Amino acid sequence: MNILTDLAPILADIQHRFSARLEAVCVTQLNEVYFDAKMDLVPGFCAHLYRRWNGRLVSVFADDARAEQGVFYLYYVFALDAAHGFFVLRVPVAPERPEFTSLTNAIHAVDWQEREIQDLFGLRLIGHPNPRRCALHDDWPEVYPLRKDFDLRSTLPPFEGERHNLREVEGEGVFQVPVGPVHAGIIEPGHFLFSVAGEPVLYLQVRMFYVHKGSEKLFENMPIPHCVRLAESISGDSGFAHATAFCHAVERVCGAEVPSRGRALRTICLELERLYNHIADIGAICADVAFVTANMHAMRLKERVLRANEQLTGNRLLRGMACLGGVRFDFESEHIKAIQGLIAELKPEFESMIEIIRDSSGTRDRLETAGVLKPEIARSLGVVGVAGRASGFNQDLRRDFPHDFYDQVQFDVPVFTEGDVQRRMVVRREEIFQSMGIIQQVLEKLPPGPISVKVDEVPPGRSALGYVEGWRGEIFHWIRTAPGNRLARCKVKDPSLQNWPAITEAILGNIIPDFPVVNKSFNLSYSGTDR
Amino acid sequence: MFNILRKSLSTGVVTTSYPETPPEVSARARGKPEIDWANWKDARPAAKICPTGAISCEDKNDRRSASLDLGKCIFCGLCADVDKSIRMTHVCECAVRDRSALVTGAAYSLKSDGTHDRLVSPESAVANRQSSTTTASKTSTASLENLAQKVQDRAKRVLGRSLHIREVDAGSCNGCEVEIVGLNSPVYDLERFGIHFVASPRHADMLLVTGPVTRNMELALRKTYDATPEPRLVVAVGACGCSGGIFGVNYATRGGVDSVIPVDVYIPGCPPNPYALLHGILLAVGRLETKRR
Repeated sequence: MNILTDLAPILADIQHRFSARLEAVCVTQLNEVYFDAKMDLVPGFCAHLYRRWNGRLVSVFADDARAEQGVFYLYYVFALDAAHGFFVLRVPVAPERPEFTSLTNAIHAVDWQEREIQDLFGLRLIGHPNPRRCALHDDWPEVYPLRKDFDLRSTLPPFEGERHNLREVEGEGVFQVPVGPVHAGIIEPGHFLFSVAGEPVLYLQVRMFYVHKGSEKLFENMPIPHCVRLAESISGDSGFAHATAFCHAVERVCGAEVPSRGRALRTICLELERLYNHIADIGAICADVAFVTANMHAMRLKERVLRANEQLTGNRLLRGMACLGGVRFDFESEHIKAIQGLIAELKPEFESMIEIIRDSSGTRDRLETAGVLKPEIARSLGVVGVAGRASGFNQDLRRDFPHDFYDQVQFDVPVFTEGDVQRRMVVRREEIFQSMGIIQQVLEKLPPGPISVKVDEVPPGRSALGYVEGWRGEIFHWIRTAPGNRLARCKVKDPSLQNWPAITEAILGNIIPDFPVVNKSFNLSYSGTDR
Repeated sequence: MFNILRKSLSTGVVTTSYPETPPEVSARARGKPEIDWANWKDARPAAKICPTGAISCEDKNDRRSASLDLGKCIFCGLCADVDKSIRMTHVCECAVRDRSALVTGAAYSLKSDGTHDRLVSPESAVANRQSSTTTASKTSTASLENLAQKVQDRAKRVLGRSLHIREVDAGSCNGCEVEIVGLNSPVYDLERFGIHFVASPRHADMLLVTGPVTRNMELALRKTYDATPEPRLVVAVGACGCSGGIFGVNYATRGGVDSVIPVDVYIPGCPPNPYALLHGILLAVGRLETKRR
């Protein structure tokens, strides 16, 4: 298999440096390389990629391959942004010694992911600074849902004991404010425990996974075409991005080449998804600091985009549009006119909305310097997407790993270093203008031809990584296929899972009344995190 | 300030006149699927392609019963792609008070090649089957229904003109939330009905619940329900809220909202659009008897 030119020197260096300890190296895609090694190589391999090649660990997950190979596997997926490729390190874990070494002390970014493996696979973490339960709450029985011998439809015994073993913050005048899981707004459920002394927040504990729906297990129990619809329901507001990332993974396994018109239409849909969410977020941020007029305009514009979505794809949230091998509905000339009309109308409307926000000094006063996430903390937590770019992390899969039609269009990636609520809003504002530009460019270059290629039976026993830069950040779907057009494993990584711990950092020193706006400025998906 | 006023004035009124006028939907919009029951020849392809099991096809001896459960349907339209007898309509106002009203079905005689023929009994087959299972407790059901009707009437009387809603996400993918938030937009403007969202169940008359109810949210949902003063209404939103949707029942989910608390109105859709939501909410408080032209 060929490999990307930029990736070749890194591969050579790794092979040279770790030659004796690498058991196998396999290039499965132009930008995807698999390495087999033992657990003791992981820290060194990781450190080398981080220090020498500026790599970053984007996903850590496990897979139960006891039936096929007699072991569990751990996968460490590194993104090499500058070289536009992914290195995947695969490490076996023997069932008779179900444990693995934690990297969290060195790379905080993998904290939750490692704990999730411990909870869902029953592989014990060694050397983790905080090995409490994460994906399953403390009152769950001892079950490991992602092991293959666990049945999806199992009925579990009732809960016992405390739901969360939360840490106490003690001291004179310190008190705790528990919030959730049912919140005051129309948002998803999660539990927050604020520890405050006077007004400022000293410490925030976040307990997620209230909406854990067993999705990853469910993927293994469905025919692959049905999984596309399930992927749409990982996080409703990113439905198209998730479904597309999933389709990418399956297409890579099959070697299916999506026709260029299909890729172009996918790109338009991804940008429409970005548009409606970013517009809604800017409005909601304003609403959280009591500037409701701006929110009303934002909701009106969001509605405009949602109606365009329906006109183009039959569903306001773009559901049902994604399919294996391309997209389901073509855009005729009337639809293309509708998109052009949308952009022509949206642009001046949005500009004037931005203007009234800019004119409101009260709004600016609340947003600037609120909820600062410092670049060094963001980097160490591996924060991605909008929040990452507002805190100095210059990264965007659309530019660094161009999927779909993104290699055919020009756009800028806005990056700021202040990391406050204002900058997270400004990143969205700039991305909205870039999105409109991208849509216009795609329309100008819209190739003729088919919109999809037929993807029939998917070959068993293969693995691939699908990725999409959703509006919130990078989305990964990693799959391993099984016989009979099914999946043996589907690992879904929403950017929210990566970014949640950052909120607990950004809120420190702020006051509880500012939490809604800080939270909204990240606007993370609970469902995407919990799956 | 001047800019704000100017923008508001130049924008004008954007609010829809729904429910006086029908929902404005576009040509491609997928509403509920419609099956040509009388001429349907083979239910298997549609049942096979349906990702949520909304279309079911069961063969027993030489008889086939096929059904469509709108409570499970995500309106993806894949069935209509493979089956000419199924058509996607624009109809989005599908809310009902009775869960079984979302299920339609028919029975056929099975042919040797696997296709089916001749309608044995018209549409209500499934509804009949369901009611026959409950005949044992018929008398108690009747009095219960009577009581339920009384409670309903009282709820309508008390809540009809001013309704406070607490939204509860009991496990949704947040797609339903995207649309529910839209009810507060100037386009749908829920407040014009005297209805608004409140921050606590203690202030609420209605719980608008999205699902599937996860194992982890079950207790929170029960507590929220208990905290809501009576008379109270519960509206289950979306395919997941009605039935568990694509997630169904598994180790982490309980299924539809009615598996945990009693539900007054079901709003199908994935997600239901704001018209569908308005329709369901107004149905729950008996305010749909309006003058649509």
